[in-house]
Amino acid sequence: MLYREVGQYKTSYGADQALFPILQDRIGIAVILLLAFVGVPLTASSFTIDSILIPVLVLSLAATGLNLLTGYTGLLSLGTGGFMGVGAFACYKLTTFFPNVNIIVLILCSGFFAAAIGTVFGLPSLRIKGFYLAVATLAAQFFLSWCFIRVAWLYNYNVSASIEVPTKTLFGLAVTGPTASPVTRYLIVLSIVALLTLMAANLVRGRIGRTWMAVRDMDLAAELIGIRLYQTKLLAFAVSSFYCGVAGAMMVFLWLGNAESESFNINQSFLILFMVIIGGLGSLLGSFLGAALIWGLPIVLRAAPAFFGVSIRSATAEQASFVIVGALIIFFLIVEPRGLARLWQIGKQKLRVWPFPY
Amino acid sequence: MRLKKVVFGAALAGLAGVSVPASNAVAQDTLFVPLFTYRTGPFANSGIPIANGMHDYFNMLNARDGGIGGVKVVVQECETGYKNEKGVECYDSVKSKNPLVISPYSTGITLALIPKASVDRIPILSMAYGLSASAVGSDFPWIFNPPSTYWDGMSIVLQYIAKKEGGFDKLRGKTIGYIYFDGGYGLEPIPLLDRFATDYGFSVKKYPVPPAQMQNQSGLWLSVRRDRPDWMVMWGWGAMNPTAVQEAAKTGYPMDRFIGIWWSGSDDDARPAGAGAKGYLSLNINAVGAGYPAIRDIVKNVIDKGNSQTPKNQVGENFYNRGVMNSVIIAEAIRHAQKITGKKVISSADMRRGLETLSISDQRWRQLGLPGFAASFAVTCQDHNGHHAAYVQQWDGHKWVKISDWIPPMKEKVLPLVYEAANGYVTKNQPWPKRTEACDDKTL
Repeated sequence: MLYREVGQYKTSYGADQALFPILQDRIGIAVILLLAFVGVPLTASSFTIDSILIPVLVLSLAATGLNLLTGYTGLLSLGTGGFMGVGAFACYKLTTFFPNVNIIVLILCSGFFAAAIGTVFGLPSLRIKGFYLAVATLAAQFFLSWCFIRVAWLYNYNVSASIEVPTKTLFGLAVTGPTASPVTRYLIVLSIVALLTLMAANLVRGRIGRTWMAVRDMDLAAELIGIRLYQTKLLAFAVSSFYCGVAGAMMVFLWLGNAESESFNINQSFLILFMVIIGGLGSLLGSFLGAALIWGLPIVLRAAPAFFGVSIRSATAEQASFVIVGALIIFFLIVEPRGLARLWQIGKQKLRVWPFPY
Repeated sequence: MRLKKVVFGAALAGLAGVSVPASNAVAQDTLFVPLFTYRTGPFANSGIPIANGMHDYFNMLNARDGGIGGVKVVVQECETGYKNEKGVECYDSVKSKNPLVISPYSTGITLALIPKASVDRIPILSMAYGLSASAVGSDFPWIFNPPSTYWDGMSIVLQYIAKKEGGFDKLRGKTIGYIYFDGGYGLEPIPLLDRFATDYGFSVKKYPVPPAQMQNQSGLWLSVRRDRPDWMVMWGWGAMNPTAVQEAAKTGYPMDRFIGIWWSGSDDDARPAGAGAKGYLSLNINAVGAGYPAIRDIVKNVIDKGNSQTPKNQVGENFYNRGVMNSVIIAEAIRHAQKITGKKVISSADMRRGLETLSISDQRWRQLGLPGFAASFAVTCQDHNGHHAAYVQQWDGHKWVKISDWIPPMKEKVLPLVYEAANGYVTKNQPWPKRTEACDDKTL
């Protein structure tokens, strides 16, 4: 009922190939964008924005990056944390070299450094596949986190080996640093994420995305129909690392305001990988759902006892949230191994015929 | 299609966020002290006794005196797991509730919070950890790190070593091994150590322990065995400490030439190595033992009443007392602030003034029921640290024993470095807010 497409005729190829061919989807997205761009800044508290929304958006972008590589091209990577770190440290160095350049430009540029490094570490993917490639990218992860602490030039020889974010302004409004308001930072993060997601959506449904998926499904067959594996795989690494790099730069500049090597360790890589797996491999929506579940759920769980007036020790709440999130992950993977995005797809199918299923 | 799904995800996250209550307001007539603690994760062995000590002292003040100046202290723990992201989240969750002071209990979290707290005007007390440069009050009016910085600690360690060797001139040609937590905390003392090495002609061997490898140090100690440094100095935390002590014992390194900073001297750091840990040294800034009147009051009013998570046999252990000391500093600063402002319920801005005029004399320690618990100390408007003395303690197989006098740091070596680093921090983080807060008269 809700998703009935009856009567929506497409009279041109353009309409048929649109990003949102169904009217309900277009309405839905308009409402969601309105909520995110107008509703949230007007209503949400600074804690909600700073500790939930910004992190979820940043992590979603990183998950989108990994999803392009693992979900769409079928190349398993454990180097996400390292590539995010490249973006963050590149952005930091760029602000040192070009202090007067617009910070948003620098954040986007830092993605290109991550892309370059990602391409280099993607080279082995031409020879090795599957778990073996995962191990090769693991080497990238360890090498990069080693660099972040041992190459003092990267953090400008700071004694604490951490990178600090200077205050940068845009049209006289502070956008990074401690004086930037959460709403400003949120809107910038949201705009960048929305833009890059739109790009990714168009990328994966176009020629490039199709070659990626062909390589994922069977690289030999892909090669036989004329897809050059070399370029395709490296492009996937580059684009994926670009997304991770931008996410890393945003993580430091628009979310935490400070970072050290530890912020980009192997755990970060695993966290992003879990988001992708639970959200749904090969689905952009899945990246967002996975990030929301893995980052948001523990916060909600920790806040829940106080919300219901139960006083519970903070350490107990922490342990409980580990247990519950772990159990939920197992539950979701049993119920729907293809992730939350698939659940939504099934839900949509049901809504189509609801309330009169046949 | 996809974008719709994507944005739906974002909105879902948004809705989940909005429905979370941002704060359950703390009653107006209380003193709200959030404690950032970690009872989970690989640093819990260090974090738990400190959290217990901090918590119990405030509970004791509430039970025995009805709070501070008649106003109840509300303590709220926030679990950080020693992770920077979590620490920032904890900070965001408490900052709207008028917290008097933040104790991050992690150098990484302190570094992340220094710029934020300076803008939000919330004092940070990083007791003997954090950014050494934040001791400069004119640049960091909201940050306090008494009683000593890491650099003070390193200069005290080196003085002890020099004394054992028969003077600084005897250090020439010697090798000092430095095993450290490979992060901001362990990296910070290196400039001072290197400077001493060039000044006195000894060489330094560095053994970094990456956070992920804290419990896997056997390879590292093989290198120690090969290099045979004359002394080993440790800047460790969490699971790294007991592992290092055990490995040192296993390698047969002479324990009385192995000395840790005050954060590597928990009872639980030495105990797991059994008899092998006998002789291990560490610096300390507080006394150990449960024989103090104030600590007996904690046992009587809090622990015996079942209002504590502390096992009774751990009361008086080193890190428990460290936690108590942290709370004493906060409580005394609150008292000072109440005295200066004449208000019973103070704000974070008042608390800053209280911290800035804080001094605890030997006599005051006695009045607090903690005679000789720590060196008398004072901070000033200019100097938010004080650069105070520490002593060396030795593990006798069962407990810590004080084996040296209070050794003052070599200020003439440390202070230039502090000012240089503060200057560097401020230039790098332009525009850094200029200090606008007036200095209070200390004699009040």
